[in-house]
Amino acid sequence: MSAAWFVVRRLTRDRSALVGLILIGVLLLAALLAPVLATHPDDVFELHPARRLQAPGASHWLGTDRMGADVYSRLLFGARITLLIGVIAVGTSLLVGVPIGLVAGHFHGWFSDLLMRVSDIFLAVPQVVLAIAIAQTLGPSLPNVILALSATYWPWFARVVYAEARVVQKEIFVESTVALGASPWRLTALHVLPNIASPIIVRASIGMGFTILTAAALGFLGLGPPPPTPEWGRTIAESREFLPDAWWYATAPGLAIFLTVMGFNLLGDGLRDVLDPRLRRGRTPRDG
Amino acid sequence: MAELLSVRGLRVDFVTDGGVAQVLDGINLDVGRGEVVGLVGESGCGKTTLARAILGILPAGAARVRGGEVRFRGADLLRQDPAVLNARVRGKAITFIPQDPSTSLSPLFPVQTQIMDLMKWKSPRAGNGAGARWPLWRYPRGRYHADREAVLEALRAVQIPEPARALRRLPHEFSGGQRQRLMIAMALLPQPDLIIADEPTTALDVTIQAQILRLLRELVKARGVSVLFTTHDLGTAHEICDRVVVMYAGQEMEAAPTEAFFARPAHPYTRRLLASVPTATGELRDIPGDVPSLVAPPPGCRFHPRCEYATPECQARPALRALAPDHGVRCHHPVDGPVGIGA
Amino acid sequence: MSGQPPLLELVELVRHFPVRNAFGRRTGWIRAVDGVSLAVYPGETIGLVGESGCGKSTLGKTVMGIHAPTAGDIRFAGREIGRLPPRERRAIARDLQYVYQDPGASLDPRWKVLHSLHEPLKIHTRLSHAEREQQVRAILAAVGLPDAHLDHYPHELSGGQQRRVGLARILTLRPRMVILDEPTSGLDVSVQASVLKLVRALQQAFALTYVFISHDLAVVRAMCARIAVMYLGKLVEVGDTAAVFEEPRHPYTRSLLAAVPRIGGRRVTLDFALEGEPPNPRDVPSGCRFRTRCPLVQDRCAVEEPPLREVDGRRVACHFA
Repeated sequence: MSAAWFVVRRLTRDRSALVGLILIGVLLLAALLAPVLATHPDDVFELHPARRLQAPGASHWLGTDRMGADVYSRLLFGARITLLIGVIAVGTSLLVGVPIGLVAGHFHGWFSDLLMRVSDIFLAVPQVVLAIAIAQTLGPSLPNVILALSATYWPWFARVVYAEARVVQKEIFVESTVALGASPWRLTALHVLPNIASPIIVRASIGMGFTILTAAALGFLGLGPPPPTPEWGRTIAESREFLPDAWWYATAPGLAIFLTVMGFNLLGDGLRDVLDPRLRRGRTPRDG
Repeated sequence: MAELLSVRGLRVDFVTDGGVAQVLDGINLDVGRGEVVGLVGESGCGKTTLARAILGILPAGAARVRGGEVRFRGADLLRQDPAVLNARVRGKAITFIPQDPSTSLSPLFPVQTQIMDLMKWKSPRAGNGAGARWPLWRYPRGRYHADREAVLEALRAVQIPEPARALRRLPHEFSGGQRQRLMIAMALLPQPDLIIADEPTTALDVTIQAQILRLLRELVKARGVSVLFTTHDLGTAHEICDRVVVMYAGQEMEAAPTEAFFARPAHPYTRRLLASVPTATGELRDIPGDVPSLVAPPPGCRFHPRCEYATPECQARPALRALAPDHGVRCHHPVDGPVGIGA
Repeated sequence: MSGQPPLLELVELVRHFPVRNAFGRRTGWIRAVDGVSLAVYPGETIGLVGESGCGKSTLGKTVMGIHAPTAGDIRFAGREIGRLPPRERRAIARDLQYVYQDPGASLDPRWKVLHSLHEPLKIHTRLSHAEREQQVRAILAAVGLPDAHLDHYPHELSGGQQRRVGLARILTLRPRMVILDEPTSGLDVSVQASVLKLVRALQQAFALTYVFISHDLAVVRAMCARIAVMYLGKLVEVGDTAAVFEEPRHPYTRSLLAAVPRIGGRRVTLDFALEGEPPNPRDVPSGCRFRTRCPLVQDRCAVEEPPLREVDGRRVACHFA
């Protein structure tokens, strides 16, 4: 599609957005091709006490961990978990937050106030605290991490969509479509939603970074998927006691988290600039 | 007539995404002392750019002055030291009335703060920009009181009721018409030689417009101030101007005293423009074709592609032809006789 | 025309907007439309004039159903439409359409022109794509818009072209009545003339009835056979345009006409006497609304609100008409 192509072309011209795209591209490749790229694909589940805590070298590019597993290979499989958590959590938040925001934006009165106050309550609870509460109650597991993150992230989408929808509702083209006799359903789906897609996309990109970071924090606290899952946050937690001797053990997942989060944030910023409709109106300015 | 302002051969380009737009193409314009000159043209004709070029406030990144001169009291403003220009000319000898007064005042401060801020630097009692380089320079007490008296006097002159109380109000507490009165007062306060008014009544209703036009004309005539008044509305130009200059696509087409301009317009564009005003009988006459692109304008007279009198000669820009001592037209085929105008 | 029943009839139509303070408490009402009765007959063009804030656009939008009436009746083709349930109300839009002041802004910026032109037919009919396409092309020829423009986005068109698209869009439904809200404001005179010509030609071609909302008296005089003058939410004078321009009966109409510049004559501002500005529609003066600025004002005007009464074949709301 030409619009999508236009966005990609503009993104590649923006240097920081390009860096973001590359970082996310590498992450995607790592996740998809993990079994191919991994030098020791079986190390996720196997123990090799004999070669524990070996420094990076020819056979173990990023060294080995306390179980003797290859850090590099575990990192690649960890990318899958990270992406899975990010995509599902942000996807669920979108599915919940966007309709709530649209409905609240369409109606005026107590119902939309109620919806927005509920989302305010969720926003007021610190995300990590709520996630800890959920993980504690339901037990540490991958689905529970995703549930905790979705439950805390949807209000951000509801807020953004509500605010943007309110602005678009006041636009003359929306009013004129009402005057044309369009149903509220048609109005929202075909006019309001496409015109607020840009901030939603930007928010989703930044949300990916944020969600991945929180997931790592939960993993670090032991509330993430249980071992031997190669989750990055948990790996950092495991590496703490070996930090003076095995620098690579903590550095590799730490850097991976850092670069991933930065990638999504840079892409989000780049998208914000590129999707700004004012930049698309490349028309010769006239004076009066 | 002693010319106060005379623009000669002014060329201004704008760099746009679509290429370099020749927004002003060798403009000539004269404003005499105490004269109200109307700069009339449709949107995109360059009248606002010309007004800005005279004030020296063209957008720095996009606009390029390619040639010509803007002589004000004998000195070329385009070649003057910007610091001198700021201290002595801009806002002082030449002041400005904007189209939309609501965006020209900060909504956060009372009107008094904003007018006195202006007077601190631009009051006629301020000398030639003494201390103007010091942003923290104090307002001398004695002068403050004299200036405040002058401000109250000016507000009375523009018929704002209870001026002392009005000064304490915020801009949004004034109606559109009153805000435009404030802008007129602020433009007159530095005792300028020239006021540039950019479509100052376009946003107003007709009854308010009539009040403002009358007030502005009375005030400038009483004080002997010259006005360059840009407008797209021929009726407004008729109401306020001594002389009218018509622009089309960055070129001036015709300049004449108001009477002669409306009675015997000579340029085919002027005639078609006047004829397109709706008449009482309901007759409607438009100008076929579109305004040309300023990036690739037609050569010579830029109106010739739409002109019924056009000949190959029109590919070259016609020289100024004087039809009467004060009535000049830039056309190879000027037309004689009145145009039927309605309303 | 007077033999036919009116196509649109407003009976004491009222639309008030609540004014709320920072805590959402109502502190007053803006009386934007405050008891307007008006009949519009099939095939005519009636001009609705007044200054900004007089309620003329609110009146148009209340008739259109964008605002719900606070009180009073809107009868369209003999049927009360002001209090219909939403679904039925939306169906009325097929016959009664509204053209916005800035048609560029009334088109979805993300939709190509062709797509926007199909939309009304998608809403109101079950025609196939090919049938819709046929209708759209027919209208395009009528409004004089080249096919090349169909593939453009609204912002790529000039002001005059945008207005043509705006007209084409509502005409695809073949409505009976069109409310034109300031159809030429912001246009240059030469473009204005061509748009007005088009508006007039379309009325002939599609047998339309127009309500022509404008603040430009010269345009209204050229376009409308009848004129209704509004001041602060009320009609002050309704009559044949020629007669009203010839001899305005209400002092406000008189001032309004006196303020219009007349090219070639004596400067009208030299004799213009009306002072002050319209009061805020939140605090409407007692009695006659115009009394605060009226040159003829007497004690009676503050006490008694003049009704819109028949005077010499027109209706005027003044004690002294």
